[in-house]
Formats: sequence, structure tokens, C-alpha cells
Amino acid sequence: MHGTAATADREGEIRIKDLDFYYDNYHALKNINLDITRLETTAIIGPSGCGKSTLLRILNRIYALYPNQRATGEVMIEGRNILDRSTDVNRLRARVGMVFQAPTPFPMTVYDNVAYGIRLYERLNRADMDARVEAALRQAALWEEVKDKLQKSGQSLSGGQQQRLCIARAVALKPKILLLDEPTSALDPISTTKIEDLLDHLRNDYTIVIVTHNMQQAARVSQTTVFMYLGEIIEAGPTSKMFEAPEHERTMAYITGRFG
Amino acid sequence: MNGIVARRRVIDAIAQAAILLGTLIVVGFLAWILVILLIKGVGAFGPSLFTVPTPAPGSKGGLSNAIVGSLLLVGTAIMVSTPIGVLAGTFLAEYGRGTKIATAIRFVNDVLLAKPSILAGLFIYEIIVRPSGGFSGWAGAAALSIIAIPVIIRTTEDMLLLVPNSMREAAHALGAGRARVIVSVAYRAARVGMVTGVILALARVAGETAPLLFTALNNQFWSANMSGAIANLPVTIFQFAMSPYDDWQSLAWAGALLITLAVLVLSILSRVVLRNPSAKR
Repeated sequence: MHGTAATADREGEIRIKDLDFYYDNYHALKNINLDITRLETTAIIGPSGCGKSTLLRILNRIYALYPNQRATGEVMIEGRNILDRSTDVNRLRARVGMVFQAPTPFPMTVYDNVAYGIRLYERLNRADMDARVEAALRQAALWEEVKDKLQKSGQSLSGGQQQRLCIARAVALKPKILLLDEPTSALDPISTTKIEDLLDHLRNDYTIVIVTHNMQQAARVSQTTVFMYLGEIIEAGPTSKMFEAPEHERTMAYITGRFG
Repeated sequence: MNGIVARRRVIDAIAQAAILLGTLIVVGFLAWILVILLIKGVGAFGPSLFTVPTPAPGSKGGLSNAIVGSLLLVGTAIMVSTPIGVLAGTFLAEYGRGTKIATAIRFVNDVLLAKPSILAGLFIYEIIVRPSGGFSGWAGAAALSIIAIPVIIRTTEDMLLLVPNSMREAAHALGAGRARVIVSVAYRAARVGMVTGVILALARVAGETAPLLFTALNNQFWSANMSGAIANLPVTIFQFAMSPYDDWQSLAWAGALLITLAVLVLSILSRVVLRNPSAKR
């Protein structure tokens, strides 16, 4: 559905217009307008509770699992408003991959973890599936470490490996958009570096949106940075400009560590 | 300062001693029961226990009819209870989480969990035994199911609630629908606990006597007919243990030992089978 609707120049495109979001009656996001450049990495930064994760969780409608959460406005992904009732959320989620803060390997083998999403949508023979799993693990820079452990439990891997397994699981579906919600905040510095390197490789093929608490990380991995505060976008622009010469005083204060 | 530290050490030592004592008392009684069961039960334990039906007083015999009857009753009860209990527990933990109806069902289930088991027997007596005109294995299995279902609902719900929500979200984020997330991820993550719950229910009903007194009753003779009164271990144990005959009494002990061993073996087996989640491809 989404696949056929998207023309090549719209693949991975996200345009957000007049978006509001509510947890019950709490107005968590206020009038968000944002165009996310396709095939680039966009970092969303801001103090805790500013709504950056909330914004990310709208883009694959994962929030819709909870009946008390509600979004209004327009989120155009590849030319379609995903907030429309008619959206097939499962198809959407296959097209828009997500990696969470804590690694969440499923209680099954490394191989089955990666194959999980593929099996939801495609019936492949053994050789094709093996190839897809290997390709996904290679993309996630994990293949060399797990190629002899494919039949071990995914939960037996180290934390950093588990997180890369989750990335492999998401990219195995060949999505065009990858959402990452503080993907390294539970990891050690070495694993963090590996994931950042990985993001650098992936950015040519995916529109990546990453929420991060770590400003150095935002500066390292993104081309565009969005600063949010109290449910609003204060400022968005090229990462270099945001970190060197932000226009807004509050952005400056946050970036220089005066609050947050 | 030192006074505070010393005081804390003393309290710590007392607490540790109390914990140790409590554990020893529990384990001690358990061991005592098992030892007595072994000593008294092992005498009548032999091949004939499984091949010969219950004897008349004063003659040699075994428990074959009671063993088969119990297997039928407990097997039927568990086969009926497991799907019902797992589905209801799934509703409480997954679909109904946080809703009023789930809260109400959980409350009713907790009441059922705590009810005296004899009520299950009386209830089935009224709704099945009386209208159908006689005691039957089916009625016995129904009474046991009423006891097993709440146990399975409760453990299923508890085990599913232990599965982190982030894992469900991760599966949804790959485009899996609700039912698939539950079956392929939540059940998978919770399955050891869920199976333990079923075995717990099985262990519970395998020894239930009161509900069978009004339903399956007992049968001196060999019978695998679930439509009539059927022999079973708990009622046989009850009857034989209360009798004045030595050989009946030792058969009762052997039956009690048998139930205990069966539950033990089943628990161990399930643990061994479920231990390695990645054994299969």
C-alpha cells in the first residue's frame, strides 16, 4: 500500500503539519510543523519531558496501541497522511522501522529475531531467507560477531550486540525510514561508538530520525537538528548551525548545558 | 557511629537467623512428609500396583483401576481447563488490561481460587450428577476443571504481565498485529511460567478428594467408562486409609506416594524440556 503509493522522489519523506498530541487531556505536543529531509539523519534534542519521544512515536503510530493517546493534524509520509483512519498501521510500521531505548530481542534465536519481521510479510525459501538475514546482520555490523551463533538465543548476546540485533531486525524489512529512540542510552561507550558508526553507514539509504539526550551524539550523527522544549519545536536547522550559531536563546542555553 | 553499626549488625544477624529458621521449618516439614510417604508407601510399591485393580479386604491387589481413573479424570480436566484458562488469562493481561470488566473478572477469579474445593463438588452434583441421574467420570472431570481453571487464569495473567511492554511494542513496530504479538512474542516469553501454571493446576487437582466424592465417586472394579462412577486415587486413598485393613492402608500410602512422584516427575520434565529456548530451529 505504502510501497506502491510512494514514488522514488518521495521515498522516506516525512512532512508534519499542525500536529497536536494528547495523553488523555494533557496537551503534550503543540502545533508541530516540520519537514524531515529524506535520506538524511535528523536528531531531535531537548530536555526530558519535552515531547521528543512522543513525536517519534507518532511517526509509526506506535502510540495508537494506547487508547488514551490521541494525535490531530497531518503527518504525511511518502505523500499519505498516516493519521488517517484508513491507514494500515501494520504496513506503515513495516515501512517505518523503530529501535527503542532498551534493547528488546525476542525470546528466540538470533536468526529468528531477524527473520521475524520478514516472515510477517514475505514467504521466502530457506536460501533466500538465509541471504536476507545475513544481509540485515551485515548492515547492522553484527554479522562477523554472530555468524556462528545464529541458533543461540538473541537474549544471550551482549547489550550492544542486542541493540544492533534490533537494528538488523528493523532493516531486514527494508524500510525507508528508521526511528531511533535514544538507542545508545543503555549502552557502554564502545557499543555506542559502534552504533554511531553504523548510523553513519545507514544514512545514505534511510531517512533516520534519532531522539537523543546526548548532544555530542546529535552533533556527530545528524545533518539536521531539531530542538524541542515543552512540547514545541523551538528551532530546527542544519546541525552545524544549530550547534555553532543557534538563533534562539533557549537553544543556546540548552546546547551550552545551562539547563536540561 | 559504631553503636549504630553494631546495632545494624545485630539486627541483620537476627533477620538472617529468622529467615533461615523459617526456611528450615518449611523444608523440614516437606522432607518429613516425603520421608514418611516413602517409608509407608514403598512397601506396596511394585509392578502389581499398576496391573491389578483394588482388592477386597484381605486379598492381594493393586491400584490399576484408580490410576487409570485418575489419569482420565485429571487428563480430561486439564485438557478442558488449559485452553479456557489460558484464553481468559490472555484476555486479562493483554486485551482487557486496565478495563473495568477485567478488574471484575480478576476479582471473581480470585474468589474462585480461594473457594473450598468441596463447593466445586456440590455445584457439579447439583448441575450434572442429579440431572443426569448418577455419578460419572465426566462429572468428576468437570468438578476438577472448576478448580483448575482459576489457577491457570491467574498464572497465565501473572506470567504475561511479567513480559516487558517494550517487547510487545518492538513486535508491533515491525508490523505485527495484536494476536500475532501475543502468540509469537508474549506467549513465547512467558511460556515457562505458563506451563508451570498448568502443572501447578494439575498437581492441585491430582490430589483433590472432596470434589470427587460427589461426582466421580469411586469404583471397586476396573472401568474406563467416563459415563459411570469411576475409581480414582484420591478417593481410594481416602477410603483405604480410613479402613482397618493393613493391606488397604499400605495401598493408600502407595497411592499417595504415586501422586507425589507423578507431580514431581512432571515438574522436572517440563523444566528440562523448556529450559533451552533456542534448542530448535
